[in-house]
Amino acid sequence: MNLIVTREGFQTTIQDLGRIGFRQFGVSSGGALDLHALRIANLLTGNAESAAGLEFTQGNIRLRFEDERILSWCGGDYEVCVASHLIPPGHSALVLSEDELSISGPRQGWRGWLAVSGGIAVPPVLGSRSTDLRANFGGLEGRALRDGDELLLGEQSDFARSLIDLLNERRVSSWSSPAEWSSTAKTKSVLRVIRGCDWDHFNASTHHALTSETFAVSPDSDRMGVRFNGPELHRNDDVDLVSEAVAPGTVQVPPGGQPILLLGDCQTIGGYPKIAHVITVDLSIAAQLRPEETVQFQEISLPEAHRLLFEREQELERFRIGLSLRNE
Amino acid sequence: MEITSVGDSALIVRVRNRFEDAPKETLKEVLDVFRRLENARIPGVIELAPAYTTVAVFFDSVRVINATVEPNRASECLTQKIRDALARGKRKQNRQAAGPAIEIPVCYDPEFALDLDHVADHARISPNEVVDLHSTAHYLVNCIGFTPGFPYLTGLPKKLTTPRCAPPRKEIPAGSVAIGGTQAGIYPQVSPGGWNVIGRTPLRLFDAQKDPPVLLRAGDRVRFRAITREEFEALKT
Repeated sequence: MNLIVTREGFQTTIQDLGRIGFRQFGVSSGGALDLHALRIANLLTGNAESAAGLEFTQGNIRLRFEDERILSWCGGDYEVCVASHLIPPGHSALVLSEDELSISGPRQGWRGWLAVSGGIAVPPVLGSRSTDLRANFGGLEGRALRDGDELLLGEQSDFARSLIDLLNERRVSSWSSPAEWSSTAKTKSVLRVIRGCDWDHFNASTHHALTSETFAVSPDSDRMGVRFNGPELHRNDDVDLVSEAVAPGTVQVPPGGQPILLLGDCQTIGGYPKIAHVITVDLSIAAQLRPEETVQFQEISLPEAHRLLFEREQELERFRIGLSLRNE
Repeated sequence: MEITSVGDSALIVRVRNRFEDAPKETLKEVLDVFRRLENARIPGVIELAPAYTTVAVFFDSVRVINATVEPNRASECLTQKIRDALARGKRKQNRQAAGPAIEIPVCYDPEFALDLDHVADHARISPNEVVDLHSTAHYLVNCIGFTPGFPYLTGLPKKLTTPRCAPPRKEIPAGSVAIGGTQAGIYPQVSPGGWNVIGRTPLRLFDAQKDPPVLLRAGDRVRFRAITREEFEALKT
């Protein structure tokens, strides 16, 4: 059974947890820019965490469903409704056949992720269903969704079927995921960073500027990276660096001195110095940065970054167990 | 060998600090490190990516932390495992080292060769001489990056060294064969770019439906062969 796109939105793409193993061939990891948010939404619909869902951006979207499905979404401050029921982020909700889902906003933040029970069943390409917009493959014909697209949905899990029965009356679940996972837009974003491998190519006053001043998000930002306007970060030297791996979270500084924070669709190698790296846990916040908004960077240590990630994973495991108990 | 963090989910093994002074040896050493790490199958390591002087090791931090006695020493433990893997065994011959050169047919017709005259002027030779020099040289793929399947090649005759165009073009056609500084390359997809385009190949360098998806890999030897417009059409897939 299908999901039909009746209003495409600004840039709605099919994404899963990304493409692993092809960086050596120049292929970006891609995937949902907030992998954690997609995992949560998938869990709430009874999907495997790696199922493909939709990533929407600043959009006004409408979707129609051909059969009964469980939905869940996480991300910016959007208003998501189905048949006059408001679906808050991080909840499970039931859509009936011929129901139309509308997504409007965001009042805050930039992107959101919608999971549908059964997942979006486009064929995987290089091990992933994610849309690679730069190289035009994966997802649906390697492009953003358009009005009239019909997406085949996969087989629903037993858990999803039990939720359909359970939510028959109320439509929206009484339970939800922790708000900090499902509503990730912030008014004053602080991104925690660890030092980059080229930290020493910058002097102390540049280090100070990076971690004490405010940077504004440029409109020239996309799934490859967030460009900033702010104090210029200058190097101590003009040694030509040999291109080497970059990763989502890398903060690189091109010759102009305005830093770029790389996101999921970033190129695989780069030659600009890497002053810092946003920690994995805070990529959820980075995915919500909208043009004009301002951010600050705060330095933490690598062990601290690992501790935060480990703790979130442990909480996620508790959440997973809690959800599965509902199924009994 | 220096090993540094690239964020909390990747490390870079720096095989050498410089590339230009010994490109062939550097490539050999980088590929050797790449194969050794591939064979070591270190738990939690999810992928490896070689570039000019480095091999990047991407890992699942949670799995690495889980496998570590002291969670706050995850990176140090992984670094040690990488060092152990690199210390083990002798240097192996690389698969590609003995392989034949991969031939890339190129049509240098003016229609495709957007910057051939510019390269010729810069080198103070005729466009035909540029084509001769370009198509008789021996190249090595040093790494794949920028876009899927884009090969960075060394071996460009010194005379053909041409600075990148400023500002870059918004759209370079797929298959464009180009020169950027001292390097040669081929654009697999339509993309923006600043290299000087001197011809076009009908071959597909990247096909997501194939495994592996690329025509060229780091370590491969490459030659260019001049073809006519008719051959170009016939070879097009």
